[in-house]
Amino acid sequence: MNLETLTRSSGEWLRGTGPESDIVISTRIRLARNLAAFPFTNRASAHQKGEIEAILRDRISKLDIHPKLIYVNIPGLSPLDRQLLVERQLISRELAAAEGPRGVALGPQETVSLMVNEEDHLRLQVMRSGLALDEAWQDIDKVDDLIEQRVTYAFSEEFGYLTACPTNVGTGMRASVMLHLPALVLTKQIEKVFRALQKINLAVRGLYGEGSRASGDFYQISNQVTLGKSETTILNEIREVIPQIINYERQARAVLVQGNRQALQDKVWRAFGTLRNATIMTSEETMDLLSSVRLGINLGLLEDLSIPTVNELFINTQPAHLQKLMGTELDGEERNAARARYLRTRLREIGAQPN
Amino acid sequence: MKCQYCSNPATVHLTDIVNKQKRELHLCQECAEKHQLIQQHQLNLPAILHAMIGQYVGAMSDELARLACPACGMRYMEFRAEGRLGCPHDYNVFRVGLGPLLERIHRASRHVGKVPRHRVDVGRQVELVELRQKLRRAIEAEAYEEAAQVRDLIRQKEATG
Ligand SMILES: [Zn+2]
Ligand SMILES: [Zn+2]
Repeated sequence: MNLETLTRSSGEWLRGTGPESDIVISTRIRLARNLAAFPFTNRASAHQKGEIEAILRDRISKLDIHPKLIYVNIPGLSPLDRQLLVERQLISRELAAAEGPRGVALGPQETVSLMVNEEDHLRLQVMRSGLALDEAWQDIDKVDDLIEQRVTYAFSEEFGYLTACPTNVGTGMRASVMLHLPALVLTKQIEKVFRALQKINLAVRGLYGEGSRASGDFYQISNQVTLGKSETTILNEIREVIPQIINYERQARAVLVQGNRQALQDKVWRAFGTLRNATIMTSEETMDLLSSVRLGINLGLLEDLSIPTVNELFINTQPAHLQKLMGTELDGEERNAARARYLRTRLREIGAQPN
Repeated sequence: MKCQYCSNPATVHLTDIVNKQKRELHLCQECAEKHQLIQQHQLNLPAILHAMIGQYVGAMSDELARLACPACGMRYMEFRAEGRLGCPHDYNVFRVGLGPLLERIHRASRHVGKVPRHRVDVGRQVELVELRQKLRRAIEAEAYEEAAQVRDLIRQKEATG
């Protein structure tokens, strides 16, 4: 695998399959781990970061995981390639922007990524399409066990896995489920959902979103607490709340269809028409319009266009992906023109028509 | 309950216990956001740290201000400013200051859950971090003979750990 092949597929989390995949995009679990004998990354010298990376890189290469993980040296990547990995959620923005020796080991299906010298020495991540907390936990628990046989983690009986930031200490686990909630946004009930989740200590964050609004109506629900609750308890708390949110979203969708089908259909078709005809498209507008189109497909208002195709458009219109596809670096304005051109071409190729 | 800053109903409740004294902060969503305690629906740790420590000027702060980790050299005040710890040992060194914070963030102070099968005792972990720092200083001072000795010692300790 090399990074070029990444732009030819849309990756695990946008595969568009899995349970409840009309609303649940993906499930992700992260574990924060540190080597016992070293200062945390922010306190380590360049030399020590080099040693930490050498140790982890060696141990990762010896893991009994098939197919083998591929190790990518981050400082050796161009800024564009780093951004590409961020857009695919394979590395964090922090890892892309950090300095010094660091890297990521990737599974060929993009379900596993192991970040080295992030805020913690090791950040394990497993991603699954749809709602799959159990499967994701089984995968990551296994990888964690394999690594643990070869390194000594910083751990105390009292505080659990020791992490650079006290918000991660204990299990070191952050489990999140990404949801597409356009109807809750349209019916202005999303804030209510946020407040209810905050009360039970779950965090909500918009995907890609700058400011408080998530672009594309994607929201990530994750656990806030990592200390004093077992992994199973934390996963159960998330598992219990997701069906309720799915239910609210479905109810809101039903209300929209029953209340004013004509207006909803108009919104969906206008979004589709704009995507198919505009000559300048920002990333934000694309996300918003694709969100409406995605909702339209799920409600049967738009045919001949599939969810995986929409997902592919979501990822390929992100700045780094777009530049990779065009084979050249583009500034903001050039990107907006190229994005519109790409969308026009793709949607005409598919020959999709409003229903 | 009303917000401490305005009179709207308080929906954000933060509690911590320092010097056996319980302090509470009750705010409405708007004020909590205005004071940046919550950003994008997530708790903002450095801002909470500041707000929390801002409330306690006195004996406690003096005591905390003097704390530094013997293994990595991190001072509590640096942690306060950056919101990140320096090494695994800091959880013990800054225990007094961290306890209330962990209680605030997690509403718990003890780990429950997965335990690594392979682990070394805390004393050995601290020793290793200290040796690593010694190695770092030796390398930075270009004292390569000493560095080699320390490296051997680390290998020994790790092998017997
Ligand atoms: Zn208020
Ligand atoms: Zn330390």
